[in-house]
Amino acid sequence: MSEQTMYDMEMRHMPDIGGHFGRFGGKYAAETLMGPLAELEAAFHASWEDESFQAERLRLLQQYVGRPTPLYHAEHLSRAIGGAQIILKREDLTHTGAHKINNTIGQGLLAQRMGKKRVIAETGAGQHGVATATVAAMFDMQCDVYMGREDMRRQAPNVFRMELLGARVIPVDCGSGTLKDALNEALRDWVASCETTFYIIGTVAGPHPYPLMVRQYHAVIGQEARAQFLEQFGRLPDVAMACVGGGSNAMGLLHPLRDDNIRLVAVEAAGYGLETGQHAASMLAGRPGILHGNLTYLLENSEGQINGTHSISAGLDYPGVGPELAAMYDAGRLELDSATDDQALQAFKRLAHTEGILPALESSHALAAAMRMASTMTPDQMILVNLSGRGDKDLDTVMKVFGKGEKA
Amino acid sequence: MSLDRLKNCFERCKSEQRAALVGYLTAGDPNPAASEKLLHVLAGHADILEIGMPFSDPMADGPTIQAASERSLEAGTKMHDVFHLCMTVRKARPEAGIVLMGYANIAYAMGYRQFADQAALAGADGVLIVDIPPEESGDLDAALLAHALHSIRLVAPTSSAARRELAAKTASGFIYYVSLTGITGAEMGSVADIRTQVESLHSQSGLPICVGFGIKTPEQAAAVAAFADGVVIGSHFVSCIADHAGDEPAMLAALDKTCAAMRKAMGNGGSV
Repeated sequence: MSEQTMYDMEMRHMPDIGGHFGRFGGKYAAETLMGPLAELEAAFHASWEDESFQAERLRLLQQYVGRPTPLYHAEHLSRAIGGAQIILKREDLTHTGAHKINNTIGQGLLAQRMGKKRVIAETGAGQHGVATATVAAMFDMQCDVYMGREDMRRQAPNVFRMELLGARVIPVDCGSGTLKDALNEALRDWVASCETTFYIIGTVAGPHPYPLMVRQYHAVIGQEARAQFLEQFGRLPDVAMACVGGGSNAMGLLHPLRDDNIRLVAVEAAGYGLETGQHAASMLAGRPGILHGNLTYLLENSEGQINGTHSISAGLDYPGVGPELAAMYDAGRLELDSATDDQALQAFKRLAHTEGILPALESSHALAAAMRMASTMTPDQMILVNLSGRGDKDLDTVMKVFGKGEKA
Repeated sequence: MSLDRLKNCFERCKSEQRAALVGYLTAGDPNPAASEKLLHVLAGHADILEIGMPFSDPMADGPTIQAASERSLEAGTKMHDVFHLCMTVRKARPEAGIVLMGYANIAYAMGYRQFADQAALAGADGVLIVDIPPEESGDLDAALLAHALHSIRLVAPTSSAARRELAAKTASGFIYYVSLTGITGAEMGSVADIRTQVESLHSQSGLPICVGFGIKTPEQAAAVAAFADGVVIGSHFVSCIADHAGDEPAMLAALDKTCAAMRKAMGNGGSV
């Protein structure tokens, strides 16, 4: 497979000049950040057109990250379910173990190009923090990662990994101590440090140009999957699915498939169940609002105060969603599904047993929905699932849930 | 006298040869009842009041004002309480300038038109939404304009010449110059730099220029008052509440004393 067929550098489905995708997105930022955001936007577009920048990015994606990641037909799992074929895009096999590094390589290179010596990031599950710390180590940049206190507790191994990579992990105690609060703190840091610091946002949210930029850096997922699908199966999938918190792995897989005749499905975290109110399903249960620089679906009360969220997976525990996903949903180009904590755990177990793969709890949400859908389809149909990360970071959580007594 | 209270405030101060004291408190902090008393104390000293609308995710604010939002929401403050507090101050102080300050989602959740209706009804003179820059402000501005409410704009040290011009063109009431690259309550930038920026803004816009973020001492207030039309004090006033948590009389006394000291420092054209 040549690079030519796999990677398409053309940007499709652009937002308007103000960064709006339909009625969503935009640049709802403090005045202090408007200058730095404009500078970032100009630098991003210039670098995207720069062949040597792109060549270096692709070289690192291949030689450092380990791309292309395999497209794997989960035959044993598919047989056990007895419906459609489930095909996994193995982002769990990238260096650092999740798709997040596709984006941090891109933004890291951009930070270097812009002459910034320090990077900051927010992290939920810790995967984006680890991916940021990784490129910061490689590019010799100072790195501070903001992480909610609660998330530091449930993802302790990733905290240690970041520290080993030379990053400083700054605990965030305000609010609920999860991803949204880490994002608030990172924004506060950036408001004060924007002249010297590059803020590497980990998802397709935030003020323009972040949603566009992060989407472009993750588009390799869907571009590869599409080419590999054609090569391995001589066709495209019927359905493509990804879990969605902020939506980076979902945009990465789904965006390049947007113009194909494929059903696109985003799977939100239903936590203890949508009916309990304890979940993170911002599109299924939220309404449009403004947070973290963009207009999108949010979980909020009637006064516009942001609700606390719950998901067993820290990476999905966010009250909003990327604005372009919100726009795709509004336009009818994106279907929604959800999986509860329990369903994700069952999917985790099932993939481990049938295929010998431990998926991240985030990705397990997409798997749970895929399995459910597959069982209603026929064996000649195919579902592409983004296995966005590996489950090693979640062993602690999973061990606690399954306990010693239950046979996992 | 015009019907424009903010304009009158600045003209009054000018005639007294001093800068306006613009004081901020978060509505409902530490609870709606105490907040009412605190706002009355503030109104006894400040020419213009900024009444903060509490928000769950105040990402442009430092720890002091974050905590104020948390205390207020914890105490159950709702937007109808915020408007009620605003109206109470208005009734007691017909001449005072009042600006509602906060974050986009609060106004958006209510609907910009409904928000503007309520703000006007409560007697506010203007609105400052930290995370709605001019680029995103069209719908809100239209709603505010329908009630002759001012749309206050921020200008920051990082604002380019083009952005300053945009602010100057689209602002009304006054321009709020952010004295530092950072969040509220951080360390103030150099007075000389701020002076240069304010003078350049004066040459671009006929609007009064108020300076805020990080002004904590009477000396700083006096220094800024020498060239700005208004000095905004926020975190420093809010900290009176946290410093005397649970002791309402002490809280009120501390705020009264702090406000008086600031006002005195700014009193005679800039020297303490």
